[in-house]
Amino acid sequence: MRSNFVFSEIWIGLRRNLTMTVALIVVVAISLSLLGTGLLFVKQVDSTRTYWQSKVEISVYLCYQDSPNPSCHGAATPAQTAALEAQLNSMTADVVSVQYVTSAEAYALFKEAFSNDTAYVSSVKQSDIPPSLEVKLRDPAADYGVVSSAMTGASGVDSVIDEETILEKFYRLLDGMRNAVIIVALILVVAAILLVANTIRLSAFNRRRETGIMRLVGASNFYIQLPFLLEGVIAGLLGWVLAAVLLVGVKSLLLNNLQQYFSYNVGLSTGDLVEVIALAMIVGILLCGVTSFLTLRRYLRV
Amino acid sequence: MIEFQNVTKIYPNQNRAALENVDLTVNKGEFVFLVGPSGSGKSSFLRLILREERPNDGQILVAGNDLARLTNWKVPALRRKIGCVFQDFPLLPNKTVEQNVAFALEVIGKPRRFIRRVVPEVLDLVGLEGKHERMPDELSGGEQQRVAMARAFVNRPMILLADEPTGNIDPATSIGIMKVLDRINRTGTTVVMATHDAAIVDSMRKRVIELEYGKVVRDQNRGVYGQNYQ
Repeated sequence: MRSNFVFSEIWIGLRRNLTMTVALIVVVAISLSLLGTGLLFVKQVDSTRTYWQSKVEISVYLCYQDSPNPSCHGAATPAQTAALEAQLNSMTADVVSVQYVTSAEAYALFKEAFSNDTAYVSSVKQSDIPPSLEVKLRDPAADYGVVSSAMTGASGVDSVIDEETILEKFYRLLDGMRNAVIIVALILVVAAILLVANTIRLSAFNRRRETGIMRLVGASNFYIQLPFLLEGVIAGLLGWVLAAVLLVGVKSLLLNNLQQYFSYNVGLSTGDLVEVIALAMIVGILLCGVTSFLTLRRYLRV
Repeated sequence: MIEFQNVTKIYPNQNRAALENVDLTVNKGEFVFLVGPSGSGKSSFLRLILREERPNDGQILVAGNDLARLTNWKVPALRRKIGCVFQDFPLLPNKTVEQNVAFALEVIGKPRRFIRRVVPEVLDLVGLEGKHERMPDELSGGEQQRVAMARAFVNRPMILLADEPTGNIDPATSIGIMKVLDRINRTGTTVVMATHDAAIVDSMRKRVIELEYGKVVRDQNRGVYGQNYQ
């Protein structure tokens, strides 16, 4: 088996159908990058979910100096704070723990969380950050109502925020985007499969004189089919390289911007990106290789 | 070398058999003319030898291989022992004479050094020395046929099959082509040639097998083309 010969045949084949090859590369690139984006979304949601599982479920923001809430009369007094804390602690059926976070502590946490957005940080002063009681619930769904009604309107309470509800909305948004992306990706994958089949078929037709002679002369079936198979796989790999570039773009531009909606770092690591890109490569190779192989069986007489 | 035992071949959607109960043996080194009108089964005969088609009935042995028992992936090995000069496998138009012949060796994985040595030899054998770099469209019909024969013979096959090699060639040039085939036969290659060319058959006096409607009607050593077809 001479590799020079095989490679020269592949190159000739790719060049002959240049337009179709380019179309194939583009479609593979787009479908793989959409699939990859969908996967990145899934990972993003999982990462935020996991992070928040262990975190605070209800934040009871206490009145502070510049509180806009009319029922607040200045900052919550230590007495009010103690009373609220005691009340929460007594609700043992619903509440696992209560933690008091001072303004200063909250401000420090805020600065740390938004360390990559210095403009935002500098526009917020410590006096804008209220102290809070961070309440961990036993059963977030059931207990929220109980604790919320107990706390809302109580003296010294500015507002009660259930982070789970906010996040739920956000998860649904991401899930919706993920589903849309994956549906489009699957449609494109079907298009890619059809394009690979057509390109290989055209290539086989263009080379029918050569393949006819190869068959007659006794070249092994594998040797005859190999250049076409590799044509498909190489075009697929080129498409994957493009997809990888696009995915890096998606991660750095799109997903990292989501960070601003979160108090804490929920960004995906480079490892996640590499994993998605590797998966895209496997899908790309399988897609092109298997389709080429099946098309050859049908259209290349051996 | 080639044995047909009661071979019958019927193509689908056809009433008449292409070959019917053909039973004959071609020995190593023989030169056989296969004659008969169009549709008599000459091409089918050749295709069966190559295992391009499978018989409906009967057994075929080629170079000791029972074709019925041959698995698909062993067929290429068989075909390397058989050289073909067929009308529907012309030269590749984008390659030179030398490249066309070399192609037949490249695709079966022969090393470059071997090819460089053997191709000029076979081109000399067919009488094309000096024309190595020509493109097929620069050659006459007779010269193109010689290249086809060079391509068929370059791997020193045991059997050479030719389907109407002098089909489009004028009588004078045909003689040159037959001389090449004779030369090839003298190296020990078994030659089976299907033809309409009465003059050639008569002049060479080799074994003649005549087919009519798929049946062997005559099998004669040192035969002529036939009384019926003047």
